Amino acid sequence: MAEAHPVGFQWVMEAKRRGATVIHVDPRFTRTSAVADLHVPIRAGTDIAFLGGLIHHVLETGAYFEEYVRAYTNGPMLLREDFADTEDLDGLFSGFDPETGSYDTETWQYAGMTATSSAGDRDLDVHEAERGQMPGSGGAPIATDPDRDDTMQDPRCVLQVLRRHYARYTPEKVHEICGIPVETFRRVADALVENSGRERTSAFAYAVGWTHHTVGVQYIRAASVLQALLGNIGRPGGGILALRGHASIQGSTDIPTLFDLLPGYIPMPHAHRDQDLATFIEANGGTKGFWGDLDAYVVSLLKAWFGDAATPENDFCFDHLPRLTGDHSSFRTVMDQAEGKVPGYFVIGENPAVGTANARMQRHGLAQLEWLVVRDLNMIETATFWKNGPEIATGEMRTEDIGTEIFFLPAAAHTEKDGTFTNTQRLLQWHHKAAEPPGDCRSDLWFYYELGRRLKARVAGSDDPRDRPLQDLTWDYPVDGTGEPSADAVLREINGVDGEGKALPGYTALKADGSTSSGCWIYCGVYADEVNQSARRRPGAEQDLLAPEWGWAWPMNRRVLYNRASADPDGRPWSERKKLTWWDGERWAGPDVPDFPVDVPPDYVPPRDARAAKAIGGAEPFVMQSDGRAWLHAPAGLADGPMPTHYEPEESPVGNALYGQRANPARQRFERADNPYHPEPGTPGAAVYPYVFTTFRVTEHHTAGGMSRWTPHLNELQPEMFLEVSPELAAERGLTHGGWAHVVTARSAIEGRVLVTERAKPLRHGDRVIHQIGVPWHWGPNGLSTGDAANELLGVSLDPNVHIMETKAATCDIRPGRRPRGPELVTYLADRRRQAGLEEEQR
Amino acid sequence: MSAPEHRTATGAPRRRHGGGRGKGRGERLMVPEAEFTSYYGRPIIKPPVWKVPDVPAYLYLGGLAGVSAPLAALADLTGRPGLRRLGRIAAAGGATASVGFLVHDLGRPTRFLHMLRVLKVTSPLSVGSWILAPFGALSGATAAAEVLGVTPRLARASGLAAGALGPALTTYTAVLVADTAVPAWHEGFRELPFVFAGSALASGGGAGLLAPGDVTPARRVAVAGAALELAATAVLERRIGFAAKAYRTGRAGTVLRAARAGTVAGALGALASGFLRGRRGRALGAVSGLLLNAASAATRYGVFEAGMASARDPEYTVRPQRERLEARRSG
Amino acid sequence: MNPVNSLSGPLADPAADAGYAAGHPPRVGFFTDTSVCIGCKACEVACKEWNALPADGVGDHGAAGDVLGLTGMSYDNTGGLGASTYRHVAFVEQRVPARDSAPVDLGMPSTDLPGAVQPGADREDATEVRWLMSSDVCKHCAHAACLDVCPTGSLIRTEHGTVLVQEDICNGCGYCIPACPYGVIDQRQGDGRAFKCTMCQDRLGAGLAPACATACPTESIRFGPLDELRERADARLAELHDRGVGEARLYGRDPDDGVGGDGAFFLLLDEPEVYGLPPDPVVTTRDLPSMWRHAAGAALAVAGAVAAAFLGGRR
Ligand SMILES: Nc1nc2c(c(=O)[nH]1)N[C@H]1C(S)=C(S)[C@@H](COP(=O)(O)OP(=O)(O)OC[C@H]3O[C@@H](n4cnc5c(=O)[nH]c(N)nc54)[C@H](O)[C@@H]3O)O[C@H]1N2
Ligand SMILES: Nc1nc2c(c(=O)[nH]1)N[C@H]1C(S)=C(S)[C@@H](COP(=O)(O)OP(=O)(O)OC[C@H]3O[C@@H](n4cnc5c(=O)[nH]c(N)nc54)[C@H](O)[C@@H]3O)O[C@H]1N2
Ligand code: SF4
Ligand code: SF4
Ligand code: SF4
Ligand code: SF4
Ligand code: SF4
Ligand SMILES: [Mo]
Repeated sequence: MAEAHPVGFQWVMEAKRRGATVIHVDPRFTRTSAVADLHVPIRAGTDIAFLGGLIHHVLETGAYFEEYVRAYTNGPMLLREDFADTEDLDGLFSGFDPETGSYDTETWQYAGMTATSSAGDRDLDVHEAERGQMPGSGGAPIATDPDRDDTMQDPRCVLQVLRRHYARYTPEKVHEICGIPVETFRRVADALVENSGRERTSAFAYAVGWTHHTVGVQYIRAASVLQALLGNIGRPGGGILALRGHASIQGSTDIPTLFDLLPGYIPMPHAHRDQDLATFIEANGGTKGFWGDLDAYVVSLLKAWFGDAATPENDFCFDHLPRLTGDHSSFRTVMDQAEGKVPGYFVIGENPAVGTANARMQRHGLAQLEWLVVRDLNMIETATFWKNGPEIATGEMRTEDIGTEIFFLPAAAHTEKDGTFTNTQRLLQWHHKAAEPPGDCRSDLWFYYELGRRLKARVAGSDDPRDRPLQDLTWDYPVDGTGEPSADAVLREINGVDGEGKALPGYTALKADGSTSSGCWIYCGVYADEVNQSARRRPGAEQDLLAPEWGWAWPMNRRVLYNRASADPDGRPWSERKKLTWWDGERWAGPDVPDFPVDVPPDYVPPRDARAAKAIGGAEPFVMQSDGRAWLHAPAGLADGPMPTHYEPEESPVGNALYGQRANPARQRFERADNPYHPEPGTPGAAVYPYVFTTFRVTEHHTAGGMSRWTPHLNELQPEMFLEVSPELAAERGLTHGGWAHVVTARSAIEGRVLVTERAKPLRHGDRVIHQIGVPWHWGPNGLSTGDAANELLGVSLDPNVHIMETKAATCDIRPGRRPRGPELVTYLADRRRQAGLEEEQR
Repeated sequence: MSAPEHRTATGAPRRRHGGGRGKGRGERLMVPEAEFTSYYGRPIIKPPVWKVPDVPAYLYLGGLAGVSAPLAALADLTGRPGLRRLGRIAAAGGATASVGFLVHDLGRPTRFLHMLRVLKVTSPLSVGSWILAPFGALSGATAAAEVLGVTPRLARASGLAAGALGPALTTYTAVLVADTAVPAWHEGFRELPFVFAGSALASGGGAGLLAPGDVTPARRVAVAGAALELAATAVLERRIGFAAKAYRTGRAGTVLRAARAGTVAGALGALASGFLRGRRGRALGAVSGLLLNAASAATRYGVFEAGMASARDPEYTVRPQRERLEARRSG
Repeated sequence: MNPVNSLSGPLADPAADAGYAAGHPPRVGFFTDTSVCIGCKACEVACKEWNALPADGVGDHGAAGDVLGLTGMSYDNTGGLGASTYRHVAFVEQRVPARDSAPVDLGMPSTDLPGAVQPGADREDATEVRWLMSSDVCKHCAHAACLDVCPTGSLIRTEHGTVLVQEDICNGCGYCIPACPYGVIDQRQGDGRAFKCTMCQDRLGAGLAPACATACPTESIRFGPLDELRERADARLAELHDRGVGEARLYGRDPDDGVGGDGAFFLLLDEPEVYGLPPDPVVTTRDLPSMWRHAAGAALAVAGAVAAAFLGGRR
């Protein structure tokens, strides 16, 4: 966190100053480890075993927050008789179909309620996983009350199922799998338990060290289970903090650049399932909780987009929305490109030729396009692959053979335009333009506005029905003298207005009758009282601890989600020290905006036919969940299991010490000649790639380097691609500090200068020593400081829920000296693959 | 690309007293177990940016000129025209060349004028500039008169004035180098003026040996200077503790050993030349004089190098300071 | 002629010592608490940006190197303070006795796969890795050798009690460079003049804090009136000692030290030299009076020797 989120890390340091214990779990000893109270080195890709060990510890020692668990989690719920656990099926849950490599999740449901069926047709190639993207991850609506045992003793209740699931995750097992000494593990467990409960809370912070795995979502689930057991959610100082990436990556999931979501996490309609608005709402809205008002959110969104053209009669132009017909995720698209199925591509604020796993495949895809638009601040590799990409050097591509027409459009940087960033804390912060963009650089807002304007002009006279959406689109932002649209006006449109054109105060004001509009329901309120709330800058020192007048947090400027959980079922704070939101006899009070209908008393029991917010019981804090509870076991919404289970990464040097099933059975793999995977551990070929490598960031550089590799003041600080190895590995492979070495996988080989450091530590796994190599991934061929890109090394294998690539754990070899150059590289790699027994297999 | 010397990024090597890189380190072991650590072996202080040969030459020429001037002035008063003429020219030539080297080191001639913006007694370079500038003017005028053969009375006056300033010119340069954080120089601030004085006398006297006519005073000056230099150097090396190593080892050590040999040989030669008559005595005197000048230049260069070496190796900065600190703590 | 400021000893008010009238602003400085430094180098970059300094890679002094080169000195690729690096973050990797953590048990591997070797014997169980980071800067000494020795008056004491190079007056004589006991000030290649931290004089004038302190996310760099900083530092030291961090110590805080107390002082977690700082620096001009006395004595010896040489008859 100190490396990649140094500004946010100031608060960790502040907490430490006030006595907090900081524990850093990372395969590498980083700047974070340097200031942590304890660094726990872990074998990359094994955190579920570690977190599972902590869950085991908490359950077996009875250290969980029992009242919280009983009242606020699904611990007491009973599961169906036919549910089978990984303990029963040697690493699989019930419902697995080896044919499709996916789960039918029906048996994961609670007992005593109607199982939900997936309505409508399903395109075969749409992964079952899209259900994970459904509202609130709450999955399908829960219509009836499930059976439950509030003593949590019933063997079929979630808590007992959980206990059995983690029974073998003992400290010794954790040691064996993760390489964490039993003593160290105990220290972590004790610190966590001591610092949880009524009086104290602990928080987990994570970023892509947890997500970039074929089990990434389950990592976070494991932390959620632990935090729910310890009562650390919805309470000050608790929670799970997703440290986001790019400055507004949170914003770009809220108002998404993702293929399967509409703004505010509304699912993208499906071509065959969601024929009309009513069906769509029926299938995707919950009956209970805030998703119960999905109709209001969707109608308001359509009103924002299509204005007066959206009427009740035409389903508010619901038909204008594009539809999913299959998997259109990034990697699928790139593979389609490589197969010549994609004519054109926009790359905006991204540098996939360096930044995405299997970069070679990315470039092969780009080379098959008819046209490519790249908008960037600098002349990034994605725009120059045709002349200086690695394949040109190896002879695998020839410039004259590449037919892609490339348009490079210079973009304005964030400092050169107005707008908001949405950060990790869901906080929108306005930034003012500080300088004019140089030369022809223009903001992305200008670009899209212009593009839209011109497209609209072009289809203005058309009577082709397919042009109707464009014709109906409202596209009327005020522009300044340079033609730059007002970002402020866009924010106000996102906030939404009522029938009289006044800015709405918040999403509870949204209506399904077409009288309100809002570009993103969760952002509704950011322009409340006609004030750009995100531009508020009242210093923290002038406010209370939550500083509600600094920027604006969605939803409703709430700073702590699920804060109703900071009080007991009767509405009294669990402790004076940790009080945040409580029932004062009339309403929910406290410094934060209550995450609860303010006037619903703690003892409120909703009538059977209540819907949406009214269906939330007075003691059900998890208002986004269909049952108001935190899920220890997820009965729906996940593609790869209801409870986190330890699986090895796609590539690891060892087998699974717990189950016969080695890796996540539902992970997304792509068996293709251009995406070879390493042999299974234990097979003879595996020894060709005996080491683990993990890719990482350094503070001095940013992602694929588009911004940092052109900046002299950053390049002098971290001037060259390097490889972090332990002295032991250096000795084993004859690597010298400061000298060159190259890392080899079945995909490619890259070189860097060797940094031999005792910060890198070999770990023990059973009777083996595992060496882990740290590979920063910021370099590429362009800019002031150039070097090989780490993503040449990685293959593509994905988490099945969110399609994220596994960049944090794979296998490789490392050799002294520079890598072969030119065509020799190709033969070198092929030789190694042949040694590993891969070449025949894959060709 | 600069190849790192260390084997890993972890753990800058700790050098122990007495152990590590050879002998001669543990002689003043005041605090047992003290270790020498550094930041990747990088220097703590910044080595001077002064260039070779500019600054060693500046030091040497200042000495030569500073002794030549009074030698000439007294030769003038005592009626030794050969010595007078040579001394006057050496003083002016030395001063001019020395300013030339200084300007070269500064990069731009106008920058020398900045030196005369203020007079700062806390800055030996300022004080030195204020000595060098009038000295240069006076000795220049004297030499001009000498060469042109005009205004002998004025020349005598200006020669006397230059001669009065001369001794200061010979020793302020010692303060110049000693008033730095360079261990080998600063630690020797008491002895260095005498080393420089001796070296200057040896060179000035040595130069005088080249003059026609009676050169007895020059011979005496040369021999006395050599003796003073040798004695002062011996004291310096004995008294400055660990920093003395800089004068004994490396390039500085080699140069200084050669300088010492030259000084001894030159002084003996000069002495002997006094006992030989006629051409042979004169020739020996001249050779000895040149040798003494070479030795004097070498001494300045050696001292310069010793300083540079002690600035580049952090141990020179750290060890004495650490010992001082530990002594203070335990005392 | 400049007023002669005092050369050594405790000095309550360097600005007054340099001749500023009463009512000048208080002496300001930095307290850099390295125990909370995360090595982000924001200070280094902010300084370069604000002062429009060129990138200089491996330092224009000392270690040879091209502009963009890996030094191998952990994550430090700038090497040290220099004419274009007024803030420098040091990275020290150490093997130290373990605090109280259990060692990583590497066991005795038994297979002969490439990973299966006996790890180095030097990884003793009782040790752990420590990574110290520290942001260094000009100390703005109460008795600043650089200032004292500057022949041109280019280096001055400001009204804030800091030490400033006036670029237009510096003549590149380089005297200040070896005079500084901390190796701070340096000559810029190709320019010849000397440069160092200005304490952001231009910002102070505008009521702003220095760029480096403003950028520091963890408040490792604290800027303010020196008196307040010293109090804060004492409190922080006590706090750390209470928490068992016995190795914490203040460096440069003490007005009784060899430079009369630093305007920029530090809380360190190891000996100063580990970070590249001199353990017991002394302003060289402390000894200047004695130097002048010795030089005068030696000059008299020269004069005496020359005069004496003329005594007695001629041959
Ligand atoms: N300076 C800087 N800041 C950045 C960025 C940048 O490029 N540079 N990028 C931004 C972006 S886009 C993002 S997404 C974030 C990412 O921020 P981070 O996730 O913090 O960045 P990484 O360095 O990729 O990965 C973090 C750590 O995960 C560790 N790790 C690897 N495998 C495992 C594992 O299996 N378990 C555990 N526990 N740890 C593991 C790595 O060793 C590494 O230290 O940073 C953002 N901030
Ligand atoms: N091996 C490995 N690969 C990884 C990761 C990893 O940890 N390991 N991390 C992954 C993660 S988390 C991420 S987020 C991705 C990031 O990977 P990419 O998004 O592909 O890489 P960036 O370099 O962040 O690309 C952003 C580009 O946007 C440009 N830019 C900046 N501001 C603007 C703007 O306002 N407008 C426009 N049009 N352009 C702008 C920048 O110059 C830069 O070139 O990489 C992923 N790749
Ligand atoms: S670059 Fe921006 S987002 Fe990243 S740490 Fe710094 S301030 Fe935060
Ligand atoms: S640290 Fe050096 S440069 Fe800075 S004021 Fe002191 S003597 Fe001058
Ligand atoms: S280099 Fe400049 S600042 Fe330094 S002493 Fe010389 S004139 Fe003064
Ligand atoms: S005070 Fe200003 S000049 Fe000095 S280091 Fe900080 S930013 Fe740089
Ligand atoms: S002093 Fe502050 S800004 Fe500088 S590296 Fe340390 S934490 Fe970062
Ligand atoms: Mo990211």
